[in-house]
Amino acid sequence: MRARQLVRQLALDAGLRLIDQTKLVTAVSELARNTVVHGGGGHMSAGLAGGGGRAGVWAEFEDEGPGIPDVEQAMRQGYTTGDGLGLGLGGAKRLVHEFSITAVPGQGTTVRVVSWR
Amino acid sequence: MEAGGARIPILKLGHLLLVTIQVDMHDRMAVTLQEDLTERIVETGARGVLIDISGLELVDSFIGRMLADIAAMARVLDATTVVVGMRPAVAITLVELGLALPGVQTALTVERGMQLLPGPRDAGPVREDGDPDD
Repeated sequence: MRARQLVRQLALDAGLRLIDQTKLVTAVSELARNTVVHGGGGHMSAGLAGGGGRAGVWAEFEDEGPGIPDVEQAMRQGYTTGDGLGLGLGGAKRLVHEFSITAVPGQGTTVRVVSWR
Repeated sequence: MEAGGARIPILKLGHLLLVTIQVDMHDRMAVTLQEDLTERIVETGARGVLIDISGLELVDSFIGRMLADIAAMARVLDATTVVVGMRPAVAITLVELGLALPGVQTALTVERGMQLLPGPRDAGPVREDGDPDD
């Protein structure tokens, strides 16, 4: 919940369009839920992204959960191990401009997203 | 009401129930809403449920699933659910997220939503009590 408010404010500060704000905050909501449900809790950091004359917002989610054995499979629409709708990762990826994931089985998962103005 | 147990109010409008979701919901609130709403449907014999989400800045897969679950629960209790007031940015995001809310009827406004709902048990016209728009 706090993650969403923080990212919403950053998106406003960066001047993202309303639609991109809504997409980014929704992606953050999905990823924060993943971190809690699959990763056993973790933390998010976020900030303004810049460079090359563009402005944007980045957010990174880290957990020390079981990781993801098959990232490609986990990204596919409809794939789920928890009790969600299976939209979390693949859905979140479609809502942002940049998406990267590092998952080490047994050590945890890190997901980073960026949306530009 | 317990501390931290914020509830979403359910208003009775004639034979309809109106639920206005204005705050970002967390899991416990959603479960409480499902319990409260199913109880009210049975208690009042309501034929229709309007869920106004015009105050929501986002609908993620969790809230989407909750809306679909409520519609299914209400259907089992012989009531129809219409979700109204979705913001354009929310609609775009939902579809890109891959969530098209199957099985959930929608309308743009509360008024239009009311027209989609069945009349009272004796099939009279929809009554309009009060102004639900605020």
